[in-house]
Amino acid sequence: MHDVRATQEVKHHGPPASFIRKYIFSIDHKVIGRQYYGLGLLAVFVGMGLSWLMRLHLGWTSLAIPGLGWLNPVGAPGGLMTPEYYLQLMTMHGTIMVFFVLTVAPFAAFGNFFLPIQVGAEDMPFPHINMMSFWVTFAAFAVLISSFFFGDGPSLAGWTAYAPLTAVGSIAGPGQGLGQVLWAFSIALFCVGQLLGSLNFIPTTLDLRAKGMTFSRMPQTVWAWFITSCMGLTAFSVLMPACILLIMDHLIGTSFFVPSNLVVSDQLQPHSGGSTLLWQHLFWFFGHPEVYIAIVPAMGIVSHVLITSLRRPLLSWKTIVASMVSLAFLSYMVYGHHMFVSGMNPVSSLVFSFPTLIITIPSTIIVLIWLGSIYQSRLRINSASLFALGFISMFITGGVSGFFLAQPSLDIMLHATYFVVGHFHFVMAVAAIFGIFSGTYFWFPKMFGRMMNEPLGKLHFWLTFVGVYGIFMPFHYLGLAANVRRYQAFVDDYTTRLVPVHQFSTIFALFTGAAQLIFLYNLIHSRFWGKLATDNPWESTSLEWTTTSPPPYDNFGGRHPIIYHDPYQFGVQTASGTDYIMQDSPEESVSEETRSSS
Amino acid sequence: MAKLLAVTILVIAAVSAIPIEEHIWTAPADISTHGPLIDSQMSDTMGETGLCFLAGQFVLALFIWMYSGRGREHRIGRFPGGATGLVIAAFLIVGTEVIALGVLGSKAWAQVYFAPLKPGAMTVEAQAGQFAFYFRYPGPDGKFGPIHPEMISDATENFYGLDTQNDPASKDDIVTAEMAIPVDREIQLWMHSKDLGHSFYVPALRIQQDFVPGLDLSIHFTANKIGKYEILCTQLCGLGHYNMKAYLEVMSRQDFDAWLKQQAALQ
Repeated sequence: MHDVRATQEVKHHGPPASFIRKYIFSIDHKVIGRQYYGLGLLAVFVGMGLSWLMRLHLGWTSLAIPGLGWLNPVGAPGGLMTPEYYLQLMTMHGTIMVFFVLTVAPFAAFGNFFLPIQVGAEDMPFPHINMMSFWVTFAAFAVLISSFFFGDGPSLAGWTAYAPLTAVGSIAGPGQGLGQVLWAFSIALFCVGQLLGSLNFIPTTLDLRAKGMTFSRMPQTVWAWFITSCMGLTAFSVLMPACILLIMDHLIGTSFFVPSNLVVSDQLQPHSGGSTLLWQHLFWFFGHPEVYIAIVPAMGIVSHVLITSLRRPLLSWKTIVASMVSLAFLSYMVYGHHMFVSGMNPVSSLVFSFPTLIITIPSTIIVLIWLGSIYQSRLRINSASLFALGFISMFITGGVSGFFLAQPSLDIMLHATYFVVGHFHFVMAVAAIFGIFSGTYFWFPKMFGRMMNEPLGKLHFWLTFVGVYGIFMPFHYLGLAANVRRYQAFVDDYTTRLVPVHQFSTIFALFTGAAQLIFLYNLIHSRFWGKLATDNPWESTSLEWTTTSPPPYDNFGGRHPIIYHDPYQFGVQTASGTDYIMQDSPEESVSEETRSSS
Repeated sequence: MAKLLAVTILVIAAVSAIPIEEHIWTAPADISTHGPLIDSQMSDTMGETGLCFLAGQFVLALFIWMYSGRGREHRIGRFPGGATGLVIAAFLIVGTEVIALGVLGSKAWAQVYFAPLKPGAMTVEAQAGQFAFYFRYPGPDGKFGPIHPEMISDATENFYGLDTQNDPASKDDIVTAEMAIPVDREIQLWMHSKDLGHSFYVPALRIQQDFVPGLDLSIHFTANKIGKYEILCTQLCGLGHYNMKAYLEVMSRQDFDAWLKQQAALQ
């Protein structure tokens, strides 16, 4: 029999007594999860709005965008975007999306809400630290957005913030003074917030599992959040000091990232002894694991949703978990592929190239296990499963283009082109967002006690699925034609003929962005007027479906669940006539069907 | 709805492949001696990954088509070979692909970065700054004069910070805003940034290399087609980044000599 761990016996906290403790400074992981979700939602619409402006400008550079001149008369006089304003919007788009959407929603939001419930815990072990994690992250977002309103606006240096552009101050350009300091301060705060979050996720998984919840009985999502937390601890703890060093280069005259003898705007800079490549090493040591911090939780969500929709367990949960661990481990060994042409020694480029190619193996295994699990299943189509299937399509598309960028010789042509932008938007951004959508449609009933509107969900899927291919697939063609990214206009002789491709992409971006309003409407309408949800509307098996929708403040209403099964007992025949068995049900299958398929 | 999704996935996959198959949008034609190896590596990678892309989307679509909406009267089956078979397949197929691409790609990379400089190569210096490139030729003495950062000034047009009064090697240095090189002669390019991070990207030459402030780098290449090509900055360097460009003119030996003489007279 399975090893049975002792369950927690001590209540962490009682129900909240006041409005503030219940909804604002709450220590309930579910409220914190909802708060993170709300932050992610706010951030994604801000980030998407910025991308609309950018795409409009790239498609029609001389277009005066209505209202933009009123919003920012300096950055867009008469609605016509200046080059620096374009770069500022681009920097904010990347930063907001990578940190405050792709990290916040699949990891911090869903992880906070569901990790304790899925392991059968009452809350996280350090609820006050958990509350602090959210509010520090929120402060980070506020600091970042505030850079729009101070000095000469936000940084224009991109989300990668390469030094010395980001380290010498306002002499390097608009936004490079106060704007850049606010950027670095915001990201340092964000790192603190996520470190505090990881510090809670890990002991929740290790120490607060219910009786009978062995490692082999943890759902795929729990494994994904656990692996991500371990990555978060190591990755964010590198980026945070890097940001602090960057701030010090600005404010107290240090030179961590600035070498001597730089002449910017005809002025010799008072720095010496720093290294510009040091920033890139520190940043990408965080930056590549960050890709997996975004995608691994989304993989967990997709597995979790897919299994319920397929009505069968995955071909092998251990293989998926082992592959996710491999991805996490390898992600620290591949970061140098962002730096093939950076001036790093060319031997180092080859050294980084091979693990980058090898990392495609665990990714391929995960996709093959998903595909093999669809084989002879009983696939149910709903909004959640559509987005999970869409994720697989996106991940395949984005994954194969990684083969190009893993090779230094091809990076000579493709580095800093739209090929890279297309690659990471598919494999990291859109795939992770499909994971978020899938998780939202799946878990909304549990989070808010009401069902989302399915026809609207399906419409949202169709428009988004076709739309994102229309936006991002052309980016690959642009990159193959050597169209450089981070340009506010295409003035080079060979790129002018590519402008119609950008216009095509822009039209799809506007269309896909508009489709997200359907999602927003569905979310808000369903939250208040949606059909009341039952406890287990998808006939699923893991612990979150054994409690009420939404769960009570202590998750199980004073009950301490005991776990009898692995998390995905589907495709069985029970005495009660269902094709699944809940994880905490002592019921046994009357058929051997599951055994033969798992 | 599942069948519609399957068809949509197939249509998207097929339509996505057309522009690549038809070479509708391609990079400027190669003009370098090392470029063919990069181009063939690109083409091989496209073939292999294109196949993976189409096969992956096809299997996804096929399985969605076949196994959606099945009721409990259908028995849940096991994929032939199970997970072990798929893991072995992943290792064999992707592993082989990885090794093949990695080894072949390394050869192309080595040709650019590890091949020794041939005797008789011509040395040119490139300097990047917000938002312009400048190029320097050593003049008849074959030596570059030292750079004095404190003397760099766009206002006085001393873009390189040369002290032509006191440094003999600087006196005959030729500084230009356009890069010209003779055809079929190896060029050693020394790269120096005066201010921030920039890059030297000549798509037609199959060369991209960042300028690293505080670190002078050298690359070498041979252009084998006469013509005028664009040099772009690909490292975000500020508000004028998009417009930081210069031209590379590949000339016959006689034309190059005449051009250099003309530039020397303008100093």
